[in-house]
Amino acid sequence: MKQILEFEKPIVNLKEKIAELKKFTGESEIDLSEEIATLEKRLEDLEENIYGNLKPWQRVQMARHQERPTTLDYIGELFTDFLEFHGDRNFGDDEAIVSGVAYYKDIPVTVIGHQRGKNTKENIRRNFGMPHPEGYRKALRHMKQADKFNRPIICFIDTKGADPGKESEERGQSEAIARNLMEMAGLKVPVVCIVIGEGGSGGALALGVGDRIFMLENSTYSVISPEGAAALLWKDSGLAQRAAESMRITAPDLFELGIVDEIIPEPKGGAHRDIKQQATNIDAVLEKSLKELNIFSVEELLEKRWEKYKQIGEYKEI
Amino acid sequence: MLKDLFNNKKKYASIPTEGSKVDIPQGLMKKCDNCSKIIYRKELSTNLNVCPNCGHHHQLNAWERIDSLFDKGTFKEWDSNLITSNPLDFPDYDEKMQKDREKTGLNEGVVTGKGLIDGQETAFAVMDSRYRMGSMGSVMGEKIARAIENARKESIPFIIFTASGGARMQEGVLSLMQMSKTSVAIKRFSDAGGLMISVMTHPTTGGVSASFASLGDYNFAEPGALIGFAGRRIIEQTTREKLPDDFQTAEFLLKHGQLDKVIHRHDLNNILGMLLKMHQKGARPE
Repeated sequence: MKQILEFEKPIVNLKEKIAELKKFTGESEIDLSEEIATLEKRLEDLEENIYGNLKPWQRVQMARHQERPTTLDYIGELFTDFLEFHGDRNFGDDEAIVSGVAYYKDIPVTVIGHQRGKNTKENIRRNFGMPHPEGYRKALRHMKQADKFNRPIICFIDTKGADPGKESEERGQSEAIARNLMEMAGLKVPVVCIVIGEGGSGGALALGVGDRIFMLENSTYSVISPEGAAALLWKDSGLAQRAAESMRITAPDLFELGIVDEIIPEPKGGAHRDIKQQATNIDAVLEKSLKELNIFSVEELLEKRWEKYKQIGEYKEI
Repeated sequence: MLKDLFNNKKKYASIPTEGSKVDIPQGLMKKCDNCSKIIYRKELSTNLNVCPNCGHHHQLNAWERIDSLFDKGTFKEWDSNLITSNPLDFPDYDEKMQKDREKTGLNEGVVTGKGLIDGQETAFAVMDSRYRMGSMGSVMGEKIARAIENARKESIPFIIFTASGGARMQEGVLSLMQMSKTSVAIKRFSDAGGLMISVMTHPTTGGVSASFASLGDYNFAEPGALIGFAGRRIIEQTTREKLPDDFQTAEFLLKHGQLDKVIHRHDLNNILGMLLKMHQKGARPE
């Protein structure tokens, strides 16, 4: 069963009507091709109108769409010979993060990403893509390895946030996230981060310190979920829609705020409509950025990374 | 119902009689947040806000903290002229900031600068939870990053006292990015051989605990301080787990290997002084 979002319903209804007319034309003597053409034109306009003007809350729904492609989907499309490796060598393996080595074109790279499940069973196994400390520590172990063997690192960000649980606190969720932020700052290889779905708070950021940060058109990146913000600010999680608008969490917002380097366009109706097309769009940006980053010396790379983060934030002097 | 027979919970509320309520004159006395003993404010303040009866550590504001640690008259403040520009035009934000500025006399929830602790020069940042719960937005991130950069340039240690509810909602993702900004600054400082000491005070949670608060070469905390990533209520709601009473206290973190030491406020100045001294030179002759 395909998930249809509320605001997409007019499109779906019109599509059904057109299909009905087509069927009718085929079965009967009456020629309705002119009417069909008119409706198809109207469908085009309607799609343009709806998908071309998505409101923040609609993008949130897109980012959370059940069929939205995940890290492993993109790994399958963009890389070859992917080998997944496990464990943080300390406590366990966290399946909310996948990590390993692969070829991108002809260069070896390290690929790391949050991994949601596609169904309830897989979601439970992967903790709905919400990593525990050992997940972040596994990611860091692989980043250090990439650093040693001079492999670029590509991170896919797609999580509601880090796991909020008793055991995660006991094992140092804060420290695990903080450590990644700090160590990623010092990696001597190019790091490219791509937000593909939800970029939820510190749990997303812990894979998100890099030389380039990209966002898919309908992905989000925020300090807290809109529901959480509404609950905190206005004591009413029902005001999530308003919070989504006030907090500026969409890709165009982040681009405007100078945090994201580029927005990666999505096929009409969202990434899940055409994974291959989406992968092609990512590919273009990824290839270009790696080419740009590869010419920098280690010193230049680290200096530019610092410059990039140093300028984030807005304030005034009195 | 039958199960009520096994439930000893009271079904009525007890209201204290007029006589049992103690009339506390405003400002002169304070009731300890922990043991409820009535203490002279003056006595509490000379005891660095530690309850003389039960040892509970009440919060210190930024300037009280600075006075308690630095050699008299040596502290020089940095960047006190930075204030928020309400970058997202968030509703009601400007008014709230104005109110907190008036309430605290601070321009932001962190004071940075440098001074002498037991004669040794150190860069310093102290957060003040009276200001928007010590939440971190652009100004706080900028002030802390600048303080770390100053410490790197001057080759002096950096000490931070944290007290924060986490990132500031009203600056959205810009607040979140201050976590990475400060962490990148710490990495540069650390690679240059800089010493960083983090002292977590009540409360240190969310984005602050998940960035610089946890990144000291030494991570300390004051007794009883609440420290954690996710809020207790969120954890209870999402996992429906029963949480221990001491969950996310400094002592809980120490037990789970997340802290180097829990330090009583009265010992802080002494221990920081000792530690600074130990890092002045290595064991090998130069």
